[in-house]
Amino acid sequence: MKRIKTIETKDLGKSAENGGCGECQTSCQSACKTSCGVANQPCEKKA
Amino acid sequence: MIHRYKLNGYNIVLDVYSGSVHVVDDVAYDIIGMYEEKSREEIIRQIQSTYPDITRDDVLECLGDITSLRDAGKLFSEDTYAGVAEHLVKREPILKALCLHVAHTCDLNCSYCFASQGKYSGERALMSFEVGKRALDFLVEHSGSRRNLEVDFFGGEPLCNWEVVKELVAYARSIEKDAGKNFRFTLTTNGMQIDDEVIEFANREMYNVVLSLDGRREVHDRFRVDHAGRGSYDRILPKFKKLVAARGGKGYYMRGTFTHLNTDFTEDILHMADQGFDQLSMEPVVCSPEDPCALTEADLPILYQQYEKLAVEMIRRKKEGRGFTFYHYMIDLGHGPCIYKRIAGCGSGTEYLAVTPWGELYPCHQFVGDPAYSMGNIWDGIQNKTLQEKFGTCNAYSRSQCQDCWAKLYCSGGCAANAYHTSGDIGGIYEYGCKLFKKRMECAIMVKAAEAEMCEKE
Repeated sequence: MKRIKTIETKDLGKSAENGGCGECQTSCQSACKTSCGVANQPCEKKA
Repeated sequence: MIHRYKLNGYNIVLDVYSGSVHVVDDVAYDIIGMYEEKSREEIIRQIQSTYPDITRDDVLECLGDITSLRDAGKLFSEDTYAGVAEHLVKREPILKALCLHVAHTCDLNCSYCFASQGKYSGERALMSFEVGKRALDFLVEHSGSRRNLEVDFFGGEPLCNWEVVKELVAYARSIEKDAGKNFRFTLTTNGMQIDDEVIEFANREMYNVVLSLDGRREVHDRFRVDHAGRGSYDRILPKFKKLVAARGGKGYYMRGTFTHLNTDFTEDILHMADQGFDQLSMEPVVCSPEDPCALTEADLPILYQQYEKLAVEMIRRKKEGRGFTFYHYMIDLGHGPCIYKRIAGCGSGTEYLAVTPWGELYPCHQFVGDPAYSMGNIWDGIQNKTLQEKFGTCNAYSRSQCQDCWAKLYCSGGCAANAYHTSGDIGGIYEYGCKLFKKRMECAIMVKAAEAEMCEKE
């Protein structure tokens, strides 16, 4: 597309079908301990 | 829902429900802004009036691309996740992480400490091995089919109870194989008692190490002083450097806190980077609004500017081959969390609990010491089921204020503790935190756009 570049991203809709294993890190256990960002948690299923 | 913004020369369009990110030129940016509201002819007229060189065919081509993206579910996608949120509310809680308060005491005396210098408004205490062992057993017993179990040695200062930490790690390692579990330990430390033995053990056993450094010496030593009032910067920095150098690439975070007194916190992050650290985190202070170090409304525009400055500097340094990561800008767009995680959030009070030195359970470390939030203990389990259920309902779809927010799938509705401390209700929101969070996400996604461009050029 001439005017639009789409960055490769995970399809959140599809992840509703095969996600939810719960093995990923509890977000507050890492660095912050004061907020609730989840987007920086890697998915354990990626391997 | 979409979110459009311009930052550092990038026009970014985020499609909230698919998670798609588009980098567009000015013409497409404006067309996307009008796409759902205006007719085709109106859009053509307005675009040609703003951009005289753009032909009708140019606009039509762009409109066609937007329609293709919409049809592919990558733009203007619908919210289909209400069922997921409902499922999360109804599911049985499975515990997978504990914050072990092994020491309610500290060898520093930082006045801004949310934990009242480690005491959490209570008595000084150290966790015994027996209590810690029972906590680990409790975690295993309540973790169902979860394999990865996280335990954060927290305080106060956990190195004040280092022998027990080591014994607990040894105990966990002795049971994990038979239990079918994989313990991941984190040590959060102020660094004062780090020595070669701590470094060797932590780098062998700790999945993550969180090292508290506020940045520049004068900033760090303003709050992070010992009980005699002496700054700790010069004592801890060489220890942190030694630990990180010996870590062999394993994860760590150099973590600071910024306050109203250093709203130019980017300088502190860059100071950390200039000291050779490359995995960095810097958090806004959590304290009462009456506290002189509390962040103010007037600070907000300065903080926004700082987050932008940080993002731009990170891109510059990455291009120069000396990049670093910043915790809040680490967005994994391709392989990040699934929609369940994005809706459920941190899991405080359900998947994640804090354990006091006496074995009492709280929803998370930020509730420790508040009797209204005592949930039970590691021997008798969760006794306050109502409280557990209430925490189980906290998610990206449970707060009315979040419904129209583009960032809700990045924060899951925000931190329950922050909401409680500012609104009096874990089901509320911490609006100030929301504003900072949204700015950070905009910067994080912009950094990703810049990195994608860098890859393209290579």
